[in-house]
Amino acid sequence: MSAVDAETNGNFRTTEQVDAVVIRFCGDSGDGMQLVGTQFTNVSAVFGNDVSTLPDFPAEIRAPAGTLGGVSGYQLCFSSSDIYTPGDEVDTLVAMNPAALKTNLADLKRGGTLIVNADAFGKSDLSKAGYESNPLDDEDALAGYRVHKIDMTRLTRDAVADLGLSLKEADRCKNFFALGLVYWLYDRDPSTTQEWVKTKFAKRPELVKANLAALKAGSDIGYSTQAFTVHYKVPPAKLPPGKYRKITGNEAVAFGLVTAAHVSGKELFYAGYPITPASDILHELSKLKNFGVRTAQVEDEIAAITATVGASFGGAFAVTASSGPGIALKSEGIGLGVITELPMVIVNVQRGGPSTGLPTKTEQADLLMSMFGRNGECPMPIVSCSTPGDAFDAAREAMRLAVEFMTPVFLLSDGYVANGAEPWKVPNISDLKPIDFKHTREPNGKDGQYLPYLRNDRLVRPWAVPGTPGLEHRVGGLEKWDVTGNVSYDADNHQHMIETRAKKVAGIADHIPEQPLEGPESGELLVVSWGGTYGSIRTAVQRAQRAGHSVSLAHIRYLSPFPRNLGDLLKRFDKVLVPELNCGQLRLLLRAKYLVDAQGLNKMKGKPFLVSEVYDAILQHLGKA
Amino acid sequence: MSTSIDLPVLTPKDFASDQEVRWCPRCGDYSILAQVKKVLPTLGIPKENFVFVSGIGCSSRFPYYMNTYGMHSIHGRAPAIATGLKVVRPDLQVWVITGDGDALSIGGNHFMHMIRRNVNLKVILFNNQIYGLTKGQYSPTSPQGKRTKSTPYGSVDAPLTPVSVALGARASFVARSVDVDIQHLCMVLERAAHHKGTAVVEVYQDCNVFNSGAFEFASKKGEKEENCIYLEHGKPLIFGKERDKGVRLNSQNQPEIVELGKGISEDDLLFHDEKADDPTLAFLLSQMRYPDSPEPMGVFRAIDRPTYDDEVNDQVREVSEKLGPASLEEMFNSGDTWTVA
Repeated sequence: MSAVDAETNGNFRTTEQVDAVVIRFCGDSGDGMQLVGTQFTNVSAVFGNDVSTLPDFPAEIRAPAGTLGGVSGYQLCFSSSDIYTPGDEVDTLVAMNPAALKTNLADLKRGGTLIVNADAFGKSDLSKAGYESNPLDDEDALAGYRVHKIDMTRLTRDAVADLGLSLKEADRCKNFFALGLVYWLYDRDPSTTQEWVKTKFAKRPELVKANLAALKAGSDIGYSTQAFTVHYKVPPAKLPPGKYRKITGNEAVAFGLVTAAHVSGKELFYAGYPITPASDILHELSKLKNFGVRTAQVEDEIAAITATVGASFGGAFAVTASSGPGIALKSEGIGLGVITELPMVIVNVQRGGPSTGLPTKTEQADLLMSMFGRNGECPMPIVSCSTPGDAFDAAREAMRLAVEFMTPVFLLSDGYVANGAEPWKVPNISDLKPIDFKHTREPNGKDGQYLPYLRNDRLVRPWAVPGTPGLEHRVGGLEKWDVTGNVSYDADNHQHMIETRAKKVAGIADHIPEQPLEGPESGELLVVSWGGTYGSIRTAVQRAQRAGHSVSLAHIRYLSPFPRNLGDLLKRFDKVLVPELNCGQLRLLLRAKYLVDAQGLNKMKGKPFLVSEVYDAILQHLGKA
Repeated sequence: MSTSIDLPVLTPKDFASDQEVRWCPRCGDYSILAQVKKVLPTLGIPKENFVFVSGIGCSSRFPYYMNTYGMHSIHGRAPAIATGLKVVRPDLQVWVITGDGDALSIGGNHFMHMIRRNVNLKVILFNNQIYGLTKGQYSPTSPQGKRTKSTPYGSVDAPLTPVSVALGARASFVARSVDVDIQHLCMVLERAAHHKGTAVVEVYQDCNVFNSGAFEFASKKGEKEENCIYLEHGKPLIFGKERDKGVRLNSQNQPEIVELGKGISEDDLLFHDEKADDPTLAFLLSQMRYPDSPEPMGVFRAIDRPTYDDEVNDQVREVSEKLGPASLEEMFNSGDTWTVA
């Protein structure tokens, strides 16, 4: 569908309506690319598009300017229909310097739009990016794209010339110039961004004016330059009715945890140590003090988990979050939580490993650490987040299991879910149920004795907190006599306690939902996945189903214990494919537990799956490739 | 916290748990346990409001022997566990039981940060200058040259002085005592219990199996008076059986021992000021170690400083008053929202 858009200045251009567009902004890590990406996401979400985002930035705050290592990118897909991924291929690439062009051009689809800041292609800029000649002059290399070389630096300086800014300050506005141009190109209403600029720079009125002027100048260039012959519209998506906001995975985790505590009449305690990509959970929670949230930025990861254990002993809903390296440091403390059978949630926002690995990139390689990464037999429930919005429900579930079953629970997120954003339907407060728990106030043994390890029918011990008269008791890291909780080195008791702790966690399977299937109940291929890969895998499976292939998807939220029907589901398909961003960790668990010949699709590049990668693997395993 | 009118009168016995105490016969820990049980009933705090949190080591078995709430945790982490507990439950009196290895080696980081935050915790550091539970390796407070199982040719490590470490971390209360000096130990524990903020009490504790007699200089009648200076706030630093010796600052501002009389009077001596804002003098005193000089015992420093748990909870209250009652609706709707019809 297209229309002729006859404007008063005589420019003739067409307006194309498209269903979904993928844009990537990329530039130097100091160029403000994350900011413009976020703004574009907000504006599109408020307009009513479905959005999915992929921020991709270096671990260094400012790698050497202009180098390949310093390139920061923000990709987003906005659409008039339901989408689950930020897109495989880029429709419009905005590259602010040669390094950004070099590292991103391969992802721009043939016929796509390339917008570059031509002012940033000087001799030294080119050499920092390792170009021997100016790629913008290489007509063959750029032949397949709609290329717009724009003097963004100069035009931005012109736009802010009268505002008394230093050259450096003026140049920092060029990201808004680029944003303005892309707003024009995709027919976006800039008012949300304009309001944001006014609030953000409220104390520097000259910067408000400058950024707004740059935004407008960018938009004006699109409007007045004949080069932009097409102008696109992406109508709002038909999402289920209701009120929406944009949410990132880390925000959703914070909201979920606070909500779980608040609706249960509890206050949240959170201890953490800054680590990428989990720090935003601490940032979000530290704002929510009016919910009684106590946040402690403590001296190290070990202090974070042990302070969490202490707060839980005191009766709080207690949480700590980290990423792989920090979780490794917490292992002993988590074990203390397991043997003392105190409720707490440990959030792991996974990133590329081992060791420091890839701090800002995503991976799913901590599943086996969550299962087994502690000394001794130390079973724990594990809940995972599939999408940014899903992290809200997953976090509440993790807290529910922790409190109802008196156990530490892992909540697995990842860098992609944590930093990615999507529209989130604001929940109905009345749908948010309190967690069923109580603090024991009366003795539970003979003669007024309190027995801290006297279990109920779910094998759960009572939670009596200090300050309760008559229930004074000791817990600790030494093995406990069952029932009394006294220290015990008894051989039979130790075996009994290990088996009891394992049975308690295994029994949770009866108190979580059965594993749902997306697609037919049986068939040729079952794709099994977990965590943040949901979007691309779901999209690929749906594409295969539409193409008539016999494939279903089981995307698992509860990784320990597994849903009680999972073994049965696996048997109903001829083949099982497990795509993961690791070497096959879920696959190993499935094979071990269900003796199923599961095959893997394994990617360890610090990036999410492309839909096409999963789709191709599905066809290959169906023998249709 | 103390509403003593309605409280039943507690005795040391009320604080004894039903667990058999399993320290070696004649271990210094017995005395410390007994003095703590003596002090607690005097505080006017209900029994259920005491919590003892310990790490790992012989001393860290302590919570099992107290009929209060308690946690025998993992090596070195008691300060962090107690911090989490105290932040969410400022109504409790929380004691940290630790040792020289637990507090200064594996848990050094938490020990330092607990002190600088001034979490309102009472800390008893059982210092026996040896690893007893693991059967006799040297510790971070063992003197250089110490021969132990892991240092058969003598330790080459330079030791730490716990009181100096605490002062360096901005401690608001630091004291030192000896396990068998019952009255002095009770006095120091009582002072710690009443202090608001992190109260660090180092107790020289005799490990009669692996490091027997290490603190005889400070415990033997007739000798300790010559070897120790008993600190009293506002009083000159005098010591000796005959109270005939004192400490003054020399021209380099270093402490020196002088004999009273012969032209030197009490007024020439250093006067102990535990409330001094500047910790310099307290630090100088902490560096006086036997056998190089007589060693100070008692309260080195006791100042008022805001506590971490108060500050955290005050901030929660202030922000809550400012922002008004918590509303999930408001939280969910923060930022830009839109409606799909």
